[in-house]
This record gives sequence, structure tokens and C-alpha cells, in this order.
Amino acid sequence: MTLAPETTDLKIQLQLQDGWLEVCDLTQLVPGRGVAALLPDGRQAALFRDRGGNLYAIDNRDPFGGAAVLSRGLTGTHRGRPFVASPLLKQRFDLLSGQCLDDETVRVATYEVRAA
Amino acid sequence: MTATPQATEATEAAPTIVLVGHGMVGQRFLEALAERGLTATHRVVVLCEEPRPAYDRVALTSYFSGRSPEELSMTDREFIDTHGIELYVGDPAVSVDRAARKVTARSGAVFEYDTLVLATGSYPFVPPVPNKDATGCFVYRTIEDLLAIEEYAKKATVGAVVGGGLLGLEAAGALKGLGLTSHIVEFAPRLMPVQVDDGGGAALLRTIEEMGLTVHTGVGTQEVVVDEAGAVTGMKLSDGSELATDMVVFSAGVRPRDQLARDCGLTVGERGGITVDEQCRTVADPHVFAIGECALAADGRVYGLVAPGYEQAETAAATIAADEASFTGADLSTKLKLLGVDVASFGDAHGATEDCLDVVYSDSRAGLYKKLVIGRDGTLLGGILVGDAEAYGTLKAFTGSVPPVKPESLVLPAGAGESAQLGPTALPDDAIICSCNNVRKGTIRAAVTEHSCTTVPEVKKCTKAGTTCGSCVKVLGQLVTAELEASGVEVDKGLCGCFSQTREELYEIVLALRINTYQDLLDRYGRDDARGGDGCETCKPAVGSIIASLAPTIGASGYVLDGEQAALQDSNDHFLANLQKNGSYSVVPRIPGGEITPEGLITIGEIARDFGLYTKITGGQRIDMFGARVEQLPLIWMRLVDAGFESGHAYGKALRTVKSCVGQTWCRYGVQDSVRMAIDLELRYRGLRSPHKLKSAVSGCARECAEAQSKDFGVIATSNGWNLYVGGNGGATPRHADLLAQDLSDAELVRLIDRFLMFYIRTADRLERTSTWLERIPGGLDHVRDVVVEDSLGICEELESLMAAHVANYADEWATTINSPERLARFVSFVNAPDTPDPVVGFVPERDQVKPDLPLLSIGMRTTENPADLLEGSAQR
Ligand code: SRM
Ligand SMILES: Cc1cc2nc3c(=O)[nH]c(=O)nc-3n(C[C@H](O)[C@H](O)[C@H](O)COP(=O)(O)OP(=O)(O)OC[C@H]3O[C@@H](n4cnc5c(N)ncnc54)[C@H](O)[C@@H]3O)c2cc1C
Ligand code: SF4
Ligand code: FES
Repeated sequence: MTLAPETTDLKIQLQLQDGWLEVCDLTQLVPGRGVAALLPDGRQAALFRDRGGNLYAIDNRDPFGGAAVLSRGLTGTHRGRPFVASPLLKQRFDLLSGQCLDDETVRVATYEVRAA
Repeated sequence: MTATPQATEATEAAPTIVLVGHGMVGQRFLEALAERGLTATHRVVVLCEEPRPAYDRVALTSYFSGRSPEELSMTDREFIDTHGIELYVGDPAVSVDRAARKVTARSGAVFEYDTLVLATGSYPFVPPVPNKDATGCFVYRTIEDLLAIEEYAKKATVGAVVGGGLLGLEAAGALKGLGLTSHIVEFAPRLMPVQVDDGGGAALLRTIEEMGLTVHTGVGTQEVVVDEAGAVTGMKLSDGSELATDMVVFSAGVRPRDQLARDCGLTVGERGGITVDEQCRTVADPHVFAIGECALAADGRVYGLVAPGYEQAETAAATIAADEASFTGADLSTKLKLLGVDVASFGDAHGATEDCLDVVYSDSRAGLYKKLVIGRDGTLLGGILVGDAEAYGTLKAFTGSVPPVKPESLVLPAGAGESAQLGPTALPDDAIICSCNNVRKGTIRAAVTEHSCTTVPEVKKCTKAGTTCGSCVKVLGQLVTAELEASGVEVDKGLCGCFSQTREELYEIVLALRINTYQDLLDRYGRDDARGGDGCETCKPAVGSIIASLAPTIGASGYVLDGEQAALQDSNDHFLANLQKNGSYSVVPRIPGGEITPEGLITIGEIARDFGLYTKITGGQRIDMFGARVEQLPLIWMRLVDAGFESGHAYGKALRTVKSCVGQTWCRYGVQDSVRMAIDLELRYRGLRSPHKLKSAVSGCARECAEAQSKDFGVIATSNGWNLYVGGNGGATPRHADLLAQDLSDAELVRLIDRFLMFYIRTADRLERTSTWLERIPGGLDHVRDVVVEDSLGICEELESLMAAHVANYADEWATTINSPERLARFVSFVNAPDTPDPVVGFVPERDQVKPDLPLLSIGMRTTENPADLLEGSAQR
């Protein structure tokens, strides 16, 4: 999924059951920050782009607090893996697996995401 | 796990353990089974009466401060599934046939067992007074109880709690929190009769009364008075008086739930409790165990605290695994935070030991009471602490030994004569550090030295210490650091996993080398494996703040959301507003000095009305508007900026407010114009990013109506000028400010504050308020005075010019934002549906305004048709 940073007019797409959903322009994602996307069934995804240009998507809902705000968290890397820290109570979630790094019993959904 | 329980045959291969009761102790028992591998070799069936799996009953009251039933949960689907546990939620055991070794559940399901474990807990005791079951009478034990109380309280204005023990006080506090006038009726002559003595009770009483609760001690409840409809209207008390109340919460103690055991012929104690031996096996039947509050332990006691229950759970699990273990009794030490008051008692708190002596320190004005019970030979036997239980962890650990310093020095407050701080390093290895989980100091040391734990979270995971009430975590931290240092490991003082430097060192690097991007700093000065990476949530905002504080000097943009800086800011700074629990934001315009014109008030009122925002006067002398959706923020701010308002930086680690009193202009005592000075200071330092938030206040005379001595920098007028105080703090650990300089002119005052703030920004750690900074830095206040008053380091000129650059370059962040379409782009709900409001952000009415509607809270009320759904909660919603 690594992209040359100069690549432009690419769209970010999320894989849903019935195909790829186009969400926004790649340029709308600031490296290190997320955005939220509304899915056709009412769920929400949080999309992120890291410094290396990799894209990630997880469920937007914070499973501890309940508000749909994970897209607004700070991102970082922990032992080489990308994560986002919830802006509510700061629990961190692995962006690849959705696993909460501070509570092994909690995990959020993840989505396939690509720029095309 | 099956959704509908069915009668099942116990299979030959796997012996069956049936657990009745999925409360706190039941859950710990399951964890102990899993840890010993017994869930793999046994079929484990759990019958849970309540409509939800085990939750943290100890923290029950926190439901009223916003913790959802979900958050209180102590288990989750994954644990239950991974260990193949069959959990039947909402299906209690109704009978036990011991001869056939079968348990029947209410649903009709029958389970054969090889081992039966009863963990049925307690029920609240309700004294047999007339009308005790009337509409409006409640008990305080389960989440359902709380939901019912919350609902009923909506229509009530007065509430009374029967029982002034630990739970009674919690319940009364909860009623008060629900907006009711609250009464506590206690039969004994003092509050918390079990835990504290008369002196402690008096200190507690005073503090509790100051909170606005009415306490009636030494009186009993004789009758609940009801109206024609059968609803509570009052209570008749034993002194002949009647107390008008709309609801009554009984909290007069608990009794073991041993009915199931009685019905199947197990032995129970005279005053209740299932009689067990030291292995927690019932004395009547080797196939049956009883643990937790329903058990009458081998030492003849029923324990009403969670820690002994946990020990019993471990003992029963070990015994089932054929390991050696016994429960012979437990310490009843407790430390509680009741209505915000620390109350602790440990060891022989009431001085029952022969020939013992008391050391007492009491200050009822401050609500402080501390008593130590000392043996003839100087052994510390026990004690009671009310109002300040800071020393609890250390004192409890020394119980049973002669402490290395004089006992009185342990209870005297700091500053009063010889008070001594005993480090936990002085403790013996067998001292219990975490009493909830019975973890000794030796075990914690071993976690560091043998299991190579290097952080508190790792030690918690490894030893379970600190995972229950949390009161030992501070001592835990001290021990871990001491142990690491002792074993020659250089304790990493680095900011985080990305930087080995402290915040202060990073500040110096940024300033000296004029580094103005985070990436540059990370790639050049980060730890080897962090270079080129994405950093973390600790260092990004910290470095973002350093860059913002020094922006004009190092050539960075003064606007914190430009370019790379946007990615560094904490979530609140990123949206220039404070995130609320449902995902909406609050809006706080700056109101310098707390002074506002009628037009200003009207504008705020109109905006709040037009956007349906909840408004509240804050503790910082300004107005907060809550409940703005992210996409509404720019619209709201366009109107505020139009009316001349600026960002109040309530979201930033920056200057918050400079409070003022009316001062000389209006007040007959005032000696200087405190309002003008407060406004001047607020305007001078607005927008200044710092390691933590900064607060200030200016009072017009020594009466101190603006509370300047609780501020990071506080100013009090004198007839000759101004006195400057620094390092004050409210919050969790309040600190009175220290006087830095006296009788300053306006110009001297401002110059000194400039220096002080810039010196703090330069040398403080991340998230270190001026109070903790002042306490930490070598030399403390004297050193700071040398540097900023005497210029001992020769840096004052630089400090002043850094501040001058900040002042000259200040621009309102919100005005800058709304004037730029590009900057506004981030304020959308969804990138692919910018105008669709986030459906999760909902509101419900309360007291003529709105409050967040958290859909989660309703999860707790779902029926139990599909227990799997309930467990789903913590992972997926
Ligand atoms: C709104 C307000 C309460 C109110 O309804 O009055 C408030 C609300 C919050 N306070 Fe406060 N504090 C408010 C006055 C205070 C005061 C009183 C004062 O300033 O005179 C104090 C004690 C004084 C002090 O800070 O020394 C205070 C001590 C805290 C603390 C503890 C700080 C400490 O050093 O221990 C925190 C937690 C923190 O900052 O880490 C905190 C944190 C918070 C946060 C930011 C918690 C959060 O992250 O969500 C709350 C956010 C409000 C929001 O969303 O807009 N608030 N808070 C007050 C806003 C004042 C203002 O106009 O800016
Ligand atoms: C508000 C409050 C505050 C507290 N604060 C503290 C504190 O600060 N420190 C402290 O140490 N302790 C505190 N406690 C006490 C602590 O909660 C208990 O000691 C602990 O919960 C006991 O655990 P348990 O598993 O024995 O009982 P419980 O947690 O009560 O669990 C027993 C469970 O068994 C169920 N049950 C009963 N009969 C059956 C049946 N026939 N079939 C199936 N299920 C059944 C019950 O419904 C219940 O869910 C507090 C209690 C309350 C209510
Ligand atoms: S601090 Fe002094 S001047 Fe200010 S309001 Fe109070 S009494 Fe008046
Ligand atoms: S003492 Fe309660 S968690 Fe350690």
C-alpha cells in the first residue's frame, strides 16, 4: 500500500461486503491525522495515513467511551506497529489489527483500504 | 456458549465445576481456574443471577459520575469464549440436590457437577420497620438498584439514607449528586462506626456537613411514612421527630446470601454464612465450596470486603487443582475515598491490644484526624486516617514492626514540626503493598529483578498488584523506580519511547539549534529505532507545545494547526475546542478577568440559544457552551469573533484564565485596581503554550476574594503595589502558592512574571504544573528566586525577549481559522458526508437545557434473552 508521496488525484477506497466504497481524495488525509467516513449501513470508519504513506481504516467508535471519535485521536508507532490513541481516555488501538494495546480483551473492527 | 440453557449431561471425560454467582469473587475464581489451566481440563458452568456478567461493585457509585455499566464490567466475551466457559446470564440457581450432585436453574436447566462453588455474595439488610417496601424505598447493591434510584430521583427533591457506614455515605453522596437534599440517619453515635473512632467520626462529620449533607447520628428509624398511594413521604425517627423525604435508601449492612445452602442442608453459622474450612470447602460436603461474602471463613468471620474474597477464590481454585493453599483470615484494612474524603483504617485501629498507646493528630477545622496505635515496644499496631490518607500505604506496610522513624513524625502534616516521609524502600520484603490482591513487596521486587518488568503497567500485569482499588499504585511506582535504580539499570528519564531526552533537554535543543519541525527533531535526536517513524502520542503534543512556545524565535508558524504542527496537537487543540463524552465539543470564549459587558452576555446567550448549547458559568469566571457538533464550531465562532470574542484556550496547555475580584473600583477594602491588572495579564499571556495549563488571579486586597494563592501565578494588591505568589494549584493535589516577591510596581510585576513563566516553560516536564515543578527542581523556590529575581544564571534578558516575541506575535487562533477555507476543511463530521451530523452525538433534556445522551448506558437494560449479546459489549458495539 505504500505510495509515492507525489502521487495525486488518487481516491481512498474502503472494502465493504459488496465492493469498494470511494471515500475521499488521498490529499484530504494529513499524514499523522485521521478523518471519519460514514458507511452506507450507518457505521463509521476512521481512516489514517502515516508518514510513510500507508493507509489504515478501523471502526470509528471508541469501545470504551462509546462516542464515534477514534478518527480524532493522535497516531504513533509502538514497537514498529502503527496505532491511534483515543481522544477520550487515551487507550491505544493497533491500526492493522484493531487490537486495543491497553486491554487485550478489546478489539475494534478493521477495514481493507486502498488508494486507487 | 449456548444462548438457551439446556439440560446437559456431565461428560465422563471432563469433570464439571458449577459456579453459582458471577459477582466480583466469582469472576476472580474463574480467572484463577484459567490461570491454573483448569478451564482446559474441566467443563465450567456459571449461573449468574443478575442480568449482566460480573462487574465492579466496589466502583458501583462511579456510575453516577458517568461510568457506564459497560465500563464497570469485569469480564468480556473473549475471556469467557477462550476458556470455553458456559455462562448463563440472568439464570440463577434455585436448588441443589447434593446427593445427586445436581443444580437446577430458574430456567429449568439442570447441571450435574463434580465440584460446586457458591459465590452468592450478600443481600442488603433492611430493618423490619413498617412500610419498608413502600414505593420510594431502595437498597444500594446492584446496577439495577442504581438505575431504579436514578429514575425515581428525577421526581424527588429530598432523599434519606438509613445507615451512616461506608455504603450509606456513598449512597448519600450519590443522592446529592442527583440533585437531592440528602440526609443520613445513623443509629450509632458517629459515622462509619466500624472503621473509625469518635475523633475520626467527628472530623468526617464536619467535612460531610460542609458538603451540604445533613447527618442525624444516635437516632434509629422507626417507621417509613407513606401517602394514600403508598409512596414515601417521610420517616419517623426514634427521638420522636419526623423527617420529610421523598425517598429512602436502606444501607444498614449486609447479610450473607446463604439460602440456597440452607435449603440443601449445608452448615451455616449462627449469624449466617456458609461454614467452610481453611480450603474454603464447606464443612458439610467436600464437593461444595463457598467463597466471598456468602462464606463464613475458618476464622469465624464473614468478610464484607473484596480483597479477602479474592484470596478465598484463589484458595478454592488452588485446592481444586490439588495445590496447597489456605485462607486463615485477612486484614480488614481499608482505604476509601468517600465523597472525596480520604478515610483509611488499618490493623488494630481501635486499640484493642493490651497496653497500647495512641498518637493522635487532629485538626477538625481542616477535617483532619490521624491516629496511630503503638505497642509498648514501639511496634506500629494500626491506625485511622481521616482527611489525608497519603501515608496509608507505607503505614500499613509497617504494621507489625517498629518503624525506623518516630511514629508521630508520620502523622504530622508537612511543615508542622518534624514530619518525615518514609520511602517504601525502607519497607521489609514481606510488607503487603497491595492489600486488594495480597501482593508483598518481595513479589514486586522480584517482578522487576527476575521477570524483568520495567514499568508499572508491566508489574501490574505480572503481579496483579494495583489492579483493583488502585490506592497502592503510587507506592508501586516508587518501588519499581527504586528497584531499577538499585539493580544498576539506569532508569530511563527520557520523555517517551521515541526520545531519550527529557522535555527540558528537548526544549534546549529546539531553542539552541532553531529546530522548527517535529520530524527534524525526531530524525536527528530521537532514539535510534524511533527515527524515521511516526512518533507517539506522548512526544508529539509535547514537542508541538515547545515549538508553539518558541514559534516566533525559531521561525515556526505561530498558528498551531499549520502544516506538520496540525498532526502534533492533542485532539482538543486539533479542533480548538474540548471534546465531550458523546463526541460533541465545548466552546469557551475568553472573558479576560471575568469582566463582560451586557452586550457580550447577550451575544453568548443568543448563540447558545440558536445552536441549542448547554451553558454554564465555569469555575474560571467565564462561560462554557457545551454540545457543539464539530461542523458547528466554525459557525459558532464566526459569530463570536464578529462580536469581538477570542479563543479562551480552554482546550490548550496554555493560559486559561486570570480571575479577578472587583477590587478598588467598587470594593470598600480594595487597595489596587485588580480587575484592570487581571485583564492586562490575561491579554499579555493569552495563547502562550506551556508544559501544562496556566492559571492566574488578581485580588484587590489581602482578603483574597480571587483566590490568587491557589494559582500558578497569583497577584495580591498591597498598599504599596503587588505581591506575586507562584506555584499554587487547586485540583487533586492542592498547593498554596509561595510568595516570590513583594510590593512590586506594575512594570516590575509584569517583568517578573515574564521571567518566571518562561523559566518554567523551559525547564518543566511534560504535564507538570508549576506546583509540582517547584517541588521537584533542585533548590525549589530559592533557586527560582535566584534565577528570576537575582538573575543568577544570566538568562533573564533572554527569558524576557522570548516573552516579548510571544506577545508581539499573538493572533487569535479562531479568527485565523475562520478566515481560511483551507483551515476550515477539518471541521466536518464525515469526509464523505460533510453535512451529515454524527448520529452518535445525541442529547436529552435536563433542567431546561440539554445533556449528552449516551446510547451505551441503555445496554445495561437489555434483557437477557441472549446473554452472548451482553458480553459482546466491551469489544463491539
Ligand atoms: C469547565 C470547568 C468546570 C466548570 O464547570 O466550572 C472545568 C472543566 C474541565 N477541567 Fe477543570 N474546569 C474548570 C475549572 C477548574 C478549576 C478552578 C479554577 O480554574 O479556578 C480547577 C482547580 C484549579 C487548578 O487548576 O489548579 C480545575 C482543575 C482541573 C484539573 C486538575 C489540575 C491539577 O493540577 O490537578 C484537571 C485535569 C488536568 O488538567 O489534568 C481539569 C480538567 C478539566 C477538563 C479539561 C477535563 C477534560 O479534559 O475534559 C474539563 C474540560 C471542560 C470542557 O470540556 O470545556 N481541571 N478546573 C472549569 C473551566 C474554567 C475555565 O473557565 O477555563
Ligand atoms: C456500593 C458498594 C461499595 C463497595 N465498596 C467497597 C470497597 O471500597 N472496598 C471493598 O473491599 N469492598 C467494597 N464493597 C463490597 C464488595 O463489593 C463485595 O465485598 C464484593 O462484591 C463481594 O463479592 P462477591 O462475589 O462475594 O459478591 P457479589 O459481588 O455480591 O456477587 C454475588 C453474585 O451472586 C449472585 N447470586 C446470588 N444468589 C445467586 C443464585 N442463587 N444463583 C446465581 N447467582 C446468584 C448475585 O446476584 C451477585 O451477582 C462495596 C459494595 C458496594 C455495594
Ligand atoms: S479581595 Fe479585597 S478588594 Fe477584592 S473583593 Fe475581596 S475584599 Fe474586596
Ligand atoms: S491496594 Fe487496592 S489495588 Fe492495590
